[in-house]
Amino acid sequence: MALVKTARLLATVAVCGLATGASAADVEVLHWWTAGGEAAALNVLKEDLAGQDVGWEDMPVAGGGGSAATTTLKARVAAGNPPTAAQLLGMSVREWAQEGSLGDISDLATDGNWADVLPQAVVDFATYDDKWVAAPVNIHRPNWLWINAAIFEENGLTPPTSWDEFNEVATALQEKGITPLAHGGQPWQDATVFDDVVLGIGGPDFYRKAIIEADMDALGSDTMVQVFDQMRTLRGFVDDNFSGRDWNLATAMVLNGEAAMQLMGDWAKGEIIRADMTPGEDILCVAAPGTEGSYLFNTDFFAFFDVDEDQKSAQEAMASSVMSPEFQHAFNMVKGSIPPRTDVDISDFDACALKAKDDLTEANANGSLLGSLAHGHGQTSSVQQAIFDVVTEHFNSDMSSRDAVEELQLAVESASF
Amino acid sequence: MAAHHALSTKARLRVLLPRIVLSPSLALVAIFVYGFIFFTTYLSFSDSKMLPSYGWVGFENYKTLFSLRMWDIAVTNLAIFGILYIVICSVLGLFLAILLDQHIRAEGFIRTVYLYPMALSFIVTGVAWKWFLDPGIGLEAVMHDWGWTSFQFRWIKDRDMAIYTIVIAAVWQTSGFVMATFLAGLRGIDGEMLKAARVDGAGTFAVYRRIVIPQLRPAFLSAFVVLAHMAIKSYDLVVALTNGGPGTATAVPSTFMYSYTFTRNQMGIGAASAEIMLLTIAAVIIPYLWSELREDPR
Repeated sequence: MALVKTARLLATVAVCGLATGASAADVEVLHWWTAGGEAAALNVLKEDLAGQDVGWEDMPVAGGGGSAATTTLKARVAAGNPPTAAQLLGMSVREWAQEGSLGDISDLATDGNWADVLPQAVVDFATYDDKWVAAPVNIHRPNWLWINAAIFEENGLTPPTSWDEFNEVATALQEKGITPLAHGGQPWQDATVFDDVVLGIGGPDFYRKAIIEADMDALGSDTMVQVFDQMRTLRGFVDDNFSGRDWNLATAMVLNGEAAMQLMGDWAKGEIIRADMTPGEDILCVAAPGTEGSYLFNTDFFAFFDVDEDQKSAQEAMASSVMSPEFQHAFNMVKGSIPPRTDVDISDFDACALKAKDDLTEANANGSLLGSLAHGHGQTSSVQQAIFDVVTEHFNSDMSSRDAVEELQLAVESASF
Repeated sequence: MAAHHALSTKARLRVLLPRIVLSPSLALVAIFVYGFIFFTTYLSFSDSKMLPSYGWVGFENYKTLFSLRMWDIAVTNLAIFGILYIVICSVLGLFLAILLDQHIRAEGFIRTVYLYPMALSFIVTGVAWKWFLDPGIGLEAVMHDWGWTSFQFRWIKDRDMAIYTIVIAAVWQTSGFVMATFLAGLRGIDGEMLKAARVDGAGTFAVYRRIVIPQLRPAFLSAFVVLAHMAIKSYDLVVALTNGGPGTATAVPSTFMYSYTFTRNQMGIGAASAEIMLLTIAAVIIPYLWSELREDPR
């Protein structure tokens, strides 16, 4: 017996020495949460696991909103040595599950009644073939319009609720010499705006058909032409120096009064708080024009890879910690998002988060809780990037809306072969 | 007897040592260069999407590649960038070398100044030029601060001109190196011949045009080969300077390859584009190597 134990110990040591250095009771976690607040929030999880004697092997890969992490992850999986868990966006969870790389935590999920406490749209990404493969950490909402309250008050403006109203407000601001829209010309930011315009002009059913189902008729419709017309109009509302600007610099323009509005997800709250301003008071948060009642979302998941038997218990310990109400509360407080668990009390969150929660409940009830294309919950990465290409090229050139629609159809077709 | 034996061991070691020392690096090159070239070639004919997969699809990926607008844009950009980069670098490098060759004072110092950009990585060059060319904080902002408010230089934000900012940064980085190459060539020219030409009444311009420059053929050739493959491989400079933008205005084949292989989960198409780049570089390098090897026995 002792011999067997020793042999197994030696084998484990040898394997781990070769592979990663992680022992059986460790979880190795690949993520891109390296910024101060996020890293602190992750500590909550680490400490919770340490309390259960599960070590945390950190594998942070910063950069590119996770694209650097994805490259690393591919290399690890291709080498047959996946991490215990990796931070992934919804569509990537699905793509990894299709490759057959993910494990199965269904027993845990069934015991914990996860399906009952999570919105169905989130469950759809966390499961594959009726098996649970991932646990959600947060729900972000990309379709916010952030408004500098002081500028609006001085000029007697009210927050726009449709794109026509937005255009009126923006024109009025422009006449006063204020940049109406703070924007950074990077493909994902262009796409964040595009999401809002598709949803705001076409409504939730059109968004579902055109974006999530990539329906050729919807993509080529007159509604889509109007969407690109509005994108062209928006191009006139940004300053000359927008191209290549990072999103947080665009947020700063709204904060210091250089620009009046920004279309950005709720991670912008971090910047607002850091500038000693209050979200919901100094900087108003309203649903992007015409999208009230609908909720675009993106969720960070921890996807659990198919690991050796002896690592399963540590993996399950981590999954249940991620789903614990305490962690979800603490993490989302810092991150600016809201907990995916609907039974977590967030009454101590800020005003924008409370509105987000109400809107989420409403959208979830009437089926307008939709995955965001710009943030990896609308389409597979090949189709997503093909749409980015067209949206960005149209926004940065004088391409006509008709041509853009044709390009869009072509691009989606050739990317989804 | 024993001494004789020791000697022969020593002699044998002397023969074997270079092989022993070289063999690990040979093996590494065989695996990590040629092995992966072969692997990528196979992938370009496979149905690989997110991870390598081995289903054979023939020339499907190449067909798709050549039907993609992004690829057209990338190739066109490479043509513009490559031609301008090589021509400007060569002309500027030659010009600087000729000026330096006039036996001026502090030549060593000036030569070092021009060579220094080469010591920087392209990432550093890219970031520095990105800030310098940014209208909000760089050259234009400074000119405005100094009171020249009508000054405009916003190429980096302009779709049609952005590719030229990459040429500017790349030329800044490498023309010093080309200068050094030409300078070495100039120093190798026989002074007697130049004196003879002067005696025959040739002016400075004629000496350079008819005697010096024709003799720089090998220097031109190596400069061309180095510049051409740097142009085709250029990735870090583009990523740091414009990241392919504004829009898709400065996409080049290398950024295309990275994007399709690693972020768009279309590894087959990414591998196909890598093959096209490899073939393009081979088309430059192989004739060069061939001519070098052929001339060698001489």
